[in-house]
Amino acid sequence: MEILLVALIGLLYAGGVYLILRRSLLKFIIGIIFLSNATNLLVFISAGIVHGKPAFVTGGDADPSSMADPLPQALVLTAIVIGFGIVIFTLALKSKFYSVTDKDDSDEIKETDI
Amino acid sequence: MNSVILQIASKYLRILFLMFAIIALLRGHNQPGGGFIGGLLAALYIVFNTLAFTSKQIKDRLKVSPEAYMGVGLLCVLLSFLPSVLSGAPLMQGVWVSYSISDFEVIKLGTPLLFDLGVFIAVMGVTLMFLFTLSTHK
Amino acid sequence: MTEIVLPILLPFALIILLVFIRKVNYAKWIGIIGSALIAIVAIYIFINTLNNGVLVLYVGGWKAPYGITLVVDMLSGIMLVVTSFLVLSISIYAYHFIKNNKQFSRFFLFFFALIMGVNGTFVTGDIFNFYVWLEVIMLSSFVLITMGSEKKQLEGGIKYMALNLIASLFFLAGIGLLYGKTGTLNMAHLAKILTNDQQSLFMNTSAMLFFIALGIKAAIFPLFFWLPASYHTANITVTSLFAGILTKVGVYAFIRLFTLFFVQDAYFWHNLLLISAGFTMVIGGMAASIQYDVRRILSYHIISQIGYMIMGLGIYTPLAIAGAIFFTVHNMIAKTNTFLVSGIMNKLKGTFDLKSMGSLLKEQPLLAVLFIIPAFALAGIPPLSGFFAKFILIKSGIEDGHYVIIAIAVLTSLLTLYSMIKIWSEAFLKKQPDDITIPNSKPIRFTVFIPSIMLALGSVLLGVFAASFFDLTMEAARQLMEPSEYINAVLGADVK
Repeated sequence: MEILLVALIGLLYAGGVYLILRRSLLKFIIGIIFLSNATNLLVFISAGIVHGKPAFVTGGDADPSSMADPLPQALVLTAIVIGFGIVIFTLALKSKFYSVTDKDDSDEIKETDI
Repeated sequence: MNSVILQIASKYLRILFLMFAIIALLRGHNQPGGGFIGGLLAALYIVFNTLAFTSKQIKDRLKVSPEAYMGVGLLCVLLSFLPSVLSGAPLMQGVWVSYSISDFEVIKLGTPLLFDLGVFIAVMGVTLMFLFTLSTHK
Repeated sequence: MTEIVLPILLPFALIILLVFIRKVNYAKWIGIIGSALIAIVAIYIFINTLNNGVLVLYVGGWKAPYGITLVVDMLSGIMLVVTSFLVLSISIYAYHFIKNNKQFSRFFLFFFALIMGVNGTFVTGDIFNFYVWLEVIMLSSFVLITMGSEKKQLEGGIKYMALNLIASLFFLAGIGLLYGKTGTLNMAHLAKILTNDQQSLFMNTSAMLFFIALGIKAAIFPLFFWLPASYHTANITVTSLFAGILTKVGVYAFIRLFTLFFVQDAYFWHNLLLISAGFTMVIGGMAASIQYDVRRILSYHIISQIGYMIMGLGIYTPLAIAGAIFFTVHNMIAKTNTFLVSGIMNKLKGTFDLKSMGSLLKEQPLLAVLFIIPAFALAGIPPLSGFFAKFILIKSGIEDGHYVIIAIAVLTSLLTLYSMIKIWSEAFLKKQPDDITIPNSKPIRFTVFIPSIMLALGSVLLGVFAASFFDLTMEAARQLMEPSEYINAVLGADVK
């Protein structure tokens, strides 16, 4: 299962990098979404995957060695929330930029360089 | 979109959406759910409504502005810090009160619930704010 | 020690207050009073650190390394105080430079969101929490940099956004690998585990991800291109705020992470830091000297100065770290002041272009004095703060035998002096070109100069009391180089 997830992460990174190298700004943002999902998965599997042993302690007898590590899941949840806010903001900025300038091509936005 | 079926349906689905959101909020302390997911579900109802009507109609119908939602939500979060500080415990430690309504049922209320409620309202506000910014201008 | 959460909670409360206040005039006053309160809190915390050593707060009562820990040591204390000083002066400045229209009605809300993020990065002792504060900074700075919604601002905002988003993804990936390797996120606990660990190859992967992420945030050599493309587009108040504080958060993180737990394979990392510091200094300085827009000169100049701070970290002796901290503080104050002065120049002449300015020395002698103090401080002229900062860095470099980087640093000083003299002679000494008509502007009031006077006094006092401030930075450097005090304060002596 972990090896599958690792392959998926690699695939998402590859796709994300390909998309952020495109000239269209919208594709850039989609690429960022890919990369951010890949990174979230990377954090998620950083503690390994434990099947069917959630980290809930109901009685007094808890054996932490066989339980899933809850921390990466909490981290991923936070990262997803942050990513959600950032993607929405980026889309809002992009749509505002498009409505002001009618441009989507990153080759055409060189006004503020050098 | 101007579909009569959706418009009528949205009226009857409201109670389902909001109940689901509140259940997600309440069970969130020990089970999957919580303020963020509840807030998103509640905001989803309004997103659904903007599909049925137009976003301008929804904006006019909403009595409170999204920013005010955010403010109230953040205020709840800030208030949830107070009990722990006042009781001398470390900051953000949960403070719980329990009421027994009958012999078997006990209601436990605590600062985490207030915190979650704050997140619920704030997330709703943020989502609505972005929704209206993205959908209203040409 | 609950007070060390106040630098975060106070801006948070102000944000809530500002959500409900729609009048820009009221918001301005709340901004000034709120910043003053933050400054008082910061000074109180700093004095407390001075007397009691490292301050620790376990949020929610969860002991380290399980919960989130807030830690204030000497370095954090110094950064908190300097930041709050800058914030106070910029909030006064904003009173005159933020327009009273609808677009800027939310300025102070995001201003305090930014301050909350910056203070959060300074006080946190948890690497993931650090990431969260970086994101808070990033989101609020997106809004601030595009505030006004002009075409150029949106364009600059997109460039700023693109590279900073990638930086934060690198940072998160670094955290993932670090957690997979060590199983902890508490920075003190990380330090304890990693100093005993010899498996440096895996650590280098994670450290490189952090290096790139923080390199983008701090704008060092191959990663700085977002800065000159975006900083000069924003409102001048926003630019001053960013110039003073944002890149220095990156520098702070560099110093914190690379002295606390990325200490293995020191030869490789210190050389890498020195190489990129050298290129950062030279390229920033050269690019600054060919520009004719005041804001662009100053933006490139920020980059050039970041090089000195990274150089201090790369030399890695207590004296060099102290020099880097001294330089950071000096640079935050002087750099912000030059931007504030450039805003006043723009208000007088209606342009930022040096070619259409002139005669400012005759018209505004006070402004000339206010420009020359930070400019000479940046160039390193003796009685001012910059001289001592550079002196400490160069002395530490010579003692440790890094002659090449020292030669580059001295040469870059000349480039700095050149670009400052360029602004001086073009804007202040030169006669106003006849063919340029200045749009009729109202005579400016004295209160416009107050923030600039505050910061200029800061530069002068930092030069006059350099010896006592140097002692503080040496103490901070000692704490950084011997992290056992930090680790024991956070973990207690018994955690393995």
